Amino acid sequence: MSKEQPYQDLNMPSDEAIANRQKSMAILAAAPVETLTRAFENYADIPAHDIVRAPEIGLVMARGRMGGTGAPFNLGEVSVTRCVIRLKTGEAGSSYIMGRDKKKALQAAIFDALWQNPAHHETIETTVLAPLAAAQEEERQNVRAETAATKVDFFTMVRGED
Amino acid sequence: MYVAVKGGEKAIRNAHKLLAKRRRGDTDVPALGIDQIAEQLSISVARVMAEGSLYDESLAALAIKQARGDLIEAAFLIRAYRTTLPRFGYSLPLDTAKMLIERRISATYKDLPGGQLLGPTFDYTHRLLDFKLAADGEVDLEEVSMSEPETGPVPRVTELLGDEGLMDADVLPEDDAVVGDLTREPLGFPADRDLRLQNLARGDEGFLLALGYSSQRGYGRNHPFTGEIRFGAVEVEFFAEELGFAVTLGTIKLTECQMVNQFAGSAKSSPKFTRGYGLVFGQSERKAMAMSLVDRALRWEEFGEECTAPVQDTEFVLSHSDNIQATGFVEHLKLPHYVDFQAELELIRTLREEWFNAHAGEEEIQEAAQ
Repeated sequence: MSKEQPYQDLNMPSDEAIANRQKSMAILAAAPVETLTRAFENYADIPAHDIVRAPEIGLVMARGRMGGTGAPFNLGEVSVTRCVIRLKTGEAGSSYIMGRDKKKALQAAIFDALWQNPAHHETIETTVLAPLAAAQEEERQNVRAETAATKVDFFTMVRGED
Repeated sequence: MYVAVKGGEKAIRNAHKLLAKRRRGDTDVPALGIDQIAEQLSISVARVMAEGSLYDESLAALAIKQARGDLIEAAFLIRAYRTTLPRFGYSLPLDTAKMLIERRISATYKDLPGGQLLGPTFDYTHRLLDFKLAADGEVDLEEVSMSEPETGPVPRVTELLGDEGLMDADVLPEDDAVVGDLTREPLGFPADRDLRLQNLARGDEGFLLALGYSSQRGYGRNHPFTGEIRFGAVEVEFFAEELGFAVTLGTIKLTECQMVNQFAGSAKSSPKFTRGYGLVFGQSERKAMAMSLVDRALRWEEFGEECTAPVQDTEFVLSHSDNIQATGFVEHLKLPHYVDFQAELELIRTLREEWFNAHAGEEEIQEAAQ
């Protein structure tokens, strides 16, 4: 093994892989606690895992931008719970979730690890993430539809002949 | 002089037991659930989150319950709680352009892309008490209407004006510019706009409302128009160092106000509208509007205006906007000041004695004259 390996490539996930994982973590983070717990309890096969970083509650300072698009400023904090676990097969799963629910953070971290494991990936995508994502999209669509119904329709009166 | 400094433990213990009893009120009435407060008093919850400077609906609801509905006391509880938690870091800047909009109005354009979306508002209600809500049990809700939403973008009004060059542009900082943080460094003066906005975002709604109002009444007049108010959910993203990418933590609800004001211009730059900015946790329209008025007034120096009014006085505004500090200092007056007051008593007795001694002769003279 004298041949020097380039530092990159081997362990670095592609941009697409990162984007997919970001999406999946965002779906887990947005899931209501009860729904995620139900998905977790219904998941047939939660393998053995080690807790790398036990669920920890902390703060993230949320930043806004002056005028919406200008320089950043500190708006105020949000409560966040994070957790890291590792499967016996080596995948490390992480979660960063708004709120203070340690159980949810743990379950999301386990799902994140399983999502990275080839044997579980498809099942997680179809039985856990897809229904959560669909419910979240439906909720957003409801908000949009309810809001759209409050849109003002201005009408102009025509006076005179022309 | 020795003064009793101990004692009162039993009285305090009993007072707190009594507080708990009074807080609970009549036990024949069901106790309030935290979820009831979070769901049904959401505007109170928003205020406590904004002034407590911590977005966490269930914590704010708990604080409101514990404080018996005293929202400043509740914000105080939240501020105290946040000091017990570690700080993971700073979020990426929130992008309010990507908001899931629940309300969006403009007072400057009737027809604008995305339209006027009234959303859940008190505006146009008649402010008549609704006694149906006082009746026991559930009120039958009218079914909410749904419409096919437009899919096009909902641009900020300031961008529409900016495209025409009519609006003073947002300035982007150098990449390594440090963003001031009041929770790390105590407030100092002069304070740049990042610190001012942080201070106002967690400032007292009533104080900002009064200051904003004063500017409308002519104390630091700046001719405001509500360019846009939008309210809705925005994703919070955080760059996790150990992962090497940004994660979405969840969404928070925000109210944003762009207040368009009269012109600035100089030999070097063409005349443009100026603006004030308000951004507040939760549905807090009054606060976001007041914040944008005060923000604009505090920018007087940037636009070469005169400083003539309290609302423009950075030190005055920022030093008195925080209701936790204010209530701490005002309310500390009720704590024992026995020793201080003893000193005052002795002083006033001495002064009086001196006065009577000095005037003793005069009275006799006056009596003699009569």
